[in-house]
Amino acid sequence: MNKVYANAKEAIEGITDSMTLMLGGFGLCGIPENSIDALVEAGVKDLTCVSNNAGIDNAGLGKLLRNHQLRKMIASYVGENKEFERQLLSGELEVELIPQGTLAERIRAGGNGIPAFYVPAGYGTEIQEGKEVREFNGKMYLMELGMRADFAIVKAWKGDTKGNLIFRHTANNFNNMMAAAGIITIAEVEELVPAGVLDPNQIHTPGIFVQRIFQGTGYTKQIEFVTTSD
Amino acid sequence: MALDKNGIAKRIARELRDGYYVNLGIGIPTLVANYIPEGMDVTLHSENGLLGIGPFPTRNNVDADLINAGKQTVTYIDGASFFDSAESFGMIRGGHVDLTVLGAFEVSETGDIASWKVPGKLVKGMGGAMDLVAAARNIIVAMQHTDREGNSKLLKKCTLPLTGVRCVTKIITDMAVLEVTSDGFRLLERAPGVSVGDIRRATEGALIINGEIPEMTF
Repeated sequence: MNKVYANAKEAIEGITDSMTLMLGGFGLCGIPENSIDALVEAGVKDLTCVSNNAGIDNAGLGKLLRNHQLRKMIASYVGENKEFERQLLSGELEVELIPQGTLAERIRAGGNGIPAFYVPAGYGTEIQEGKEVREFNGKMYLMELGMRADFAIVKAWKGDTKGNLIFRHTANNFNNMMAAAGIITIAEVEELVPAGVLDPNQIHTPGIFVQRIFQGTGYTKQIEFVTTSD
Repeated sequence: MALDKNGIAKRIARELRDGYYVNLGIGIPTLVANYIPEGMDVTLHSENGLLGIGPFPTRNNVDADLINAGKQTVTYIDGASFFDSAESFGMIRGGHVDLTVLGAFEVSETGDIASWKVPGKLVKGMGGAMDLVAAARNIIVAMQHTDREGNSKLLKKCTLPLTGVRCVTKIITDMAVLEVTSDGFRLLERAPGVSVGDIRRATEGALIINGEIPEMTF
């Protein structure tokens, strides 16, 4: 079976209005830039997007926001984005905030066939609302649900034609778990190589989780806060 | 004189122990990294997926794939490791991180913390704060003792939406070091030149003062 697609436009084929998408990345680090641009181009709308952050005004998911393609955002932190604020306050956009570790685990669980689990995060806070509370060994926990998506779109450093992925530095973040949680997972990589080139000992995401893969182009890798020691 | 931000960070650094894995939040906590004692082995955890944060990079070494939880460019030290966010929070939830230092708007005398939301202002999200306070074994709050109007931030009960309940172990402010006990805030140390009376006036929650309160040393 051929998993290799020519470009983002072909790889996102089948993503339609009102779908739920997971997009990898933490801030602008490790985001699937090519696929986001292709989604803007395709104009699909009313999307529910699961991503740790919502991008910034002109980068990352900020591009989909600006183009009014999002109906709901599921994230842990959505600062640094004026257009997001505006759409939220005007009611155009719905937002669900989830503690970061719970979000990561919900995605991990979803991809691993675990429908629900218990975590201590949010106990005694407004996050608890509507959730089952249970005590284990004298400590209180909330039940959280595993999460999947119609499509997961992830970004890796290197990938091969079997869909195996290797991430670089902190650009892994949510990408690895999201790959497993997508009903269909699209991986865009900086370098796509034939099967057999990557060392199997170094693979982060096994190819079984990836249905479509393509080599991206023109990565801008924008940095939110360039902080230097000199 | 009350401490400045660097003074608070310097005092927090005295809580570090050899071999500790530490998570430092955004703001004053980040400054603690500048005061890790020479020769002490402390590994800094960044919840986006890095153990072993190094200093900020020089301009020529900036790498977009290498950032901390505040989305600032960083470097990594020898012996560092990278991992995904689920594993990163597994480290926190599993109690593997020895110490967490974070900022707060308010702390209550029972150790509740409010740090993520001010009603009426735009909500940006809790990020990893709720996971950290609910699961970390040892939580130090770094903050100013009072707000700009002089109102105490050490309260009987938090007024803002909570980040976590009964979780804070210690509070290090510009005025004092306090421990959260079942009876309230126990005063351990006072900042140089700050009197017990000053701290009493700046603390709304129950304050326990046993014997002579020493001045902080650094």
